[in-house]
Amino acid sequence: MTPVQQLTKGFWKDNPIFVIGLGLCPALAVSSSLANAVGMGIAATFVLIGSNMMISLLRSIIPAKIRIPVFIVIIATFVTIIDKLIAAYSPALSASLGIFIPLIVVNCIILGRAEAFANKNTVFDSLLDAIGMGIGFTIALCCIAFFRELLGEGKLFGQAIPFFKQDPALVMIMAPGGFIVFGLLIAFKRLMASKGGK
Amino acid sequence: MGAELIAIFIVAIFIENVVLSQILGLCPFIGVSSKIDSAVGMGMAVIFVMLLASVVTWSIQNFILMPLQLEYLQTISFILVIASLVQFVEMVVRKVAPALYQSLGVFLPLITTNCAVLGISLINIKRGYNLIEATVNAGGAGLGFFFALLIMAGIRERLDISDIPENMKGAPIAFVTAGLLATAFMGFSGLV
Repeated sequence: MTPVQQLTKGFWKDNPIFVIGLGLCPALAVSSSLANAVGMGIAATFVLIGSNMMISLLRSIIPAKIRIPVFIVIIATFVTIIDKLIAAYSPALSASLGIFIPLIVVNCIILGRAEAFANKNTVFDSLLDAIGMGIGFTIALCCIAFFRELLGEGKLFGQAIPFFKQDPALVMIMAPGGFIVFGLLIAFKRLMASKGGK
Repeated sequence: MGAELIAIFIVAIFIENVVLSQILGLCPFIGVSSKIDSAVGMGMAVIFVMLLASVVTWSIQNFILMPLQLEYLQTISFILVIASLVQFVEMVVRKVAPALYQSLGVFLPLITTNCAVLGISLINIKRGYNLIEATVNAGGAGLGFFFALLIMAGIRERLDISDIPENMKGAPIAFVTAGLLATAFMGFSGLV
């Protein structure tokens, strides 16, 4: 696999959310606005890059039997770093993401990539994989947030959109909207895959 | 005091349902909800671990981290404690109650990555609950998870025999169903 393919596989073909189905809780819980989606995407990407590179560096030292606890400690360290950084530099984002920042630690994407990729590949490949998967996660979050913010508030990135802002369906930015938009989006992705043979 | 505890309990089960309102613990909710039997097993295991984890993490926060001003270790210590707690519970259950292990055993390891358990522990700390309130909240949240999983499994067993468009089969229809279920649960919002 070339470096470019390594980087771009997560964007769409192996998208962690839509195709692999990992990390659903944050995907639905914080996708009520585009700003939150981008913030969550950046936080998760940072943790992915940090943990993937660190685990790849240490992969010959970590004993196979206790690798999962070791991975979790490494991941939790980076989660704590990003949690404190966001709290210090962007208190508003920290307040709206709430407990979902510490919950990145149980996001299956990160542990999944550590186990399936970083544990077996070189540091450079792991870095590309982490960036690709992180961007794929952010893209998926933004897709969901785009529909939810537009239909639920009539806004995009907080800016009112003419036609939609008249009667926004508030339910879309609440929990039910997340489930419904996500369900329809995976169905749409499958429809495209079956039509285009991708 | 008693009335407040009952209010916390009811709110945790219905109004702030872990899955359908707070969107925590989706992986087991979608993954284990295709059969009623396994949904019951998973639900019981979650109630048990959630109660235990809340008591333990509350004690760690208030007796170790706070006095030593180590609050920044919260995430790391909680996840490690929950992971080892689950392992420990698995070993104890296997030794003490083999029959229970038969029905709960396979679900226990999965709970480590269930974000509802860590989520409820963090919410308990964030809201400043005391130990009794935290336990009641965890019990209610676990029960709420159990109910949501059970309802979902009942619906999905019926979905298996219905005529669904090819691309909607499996996960997509499950999510849309969960959305409708969450809408129904929003009806509880004026209860307390």
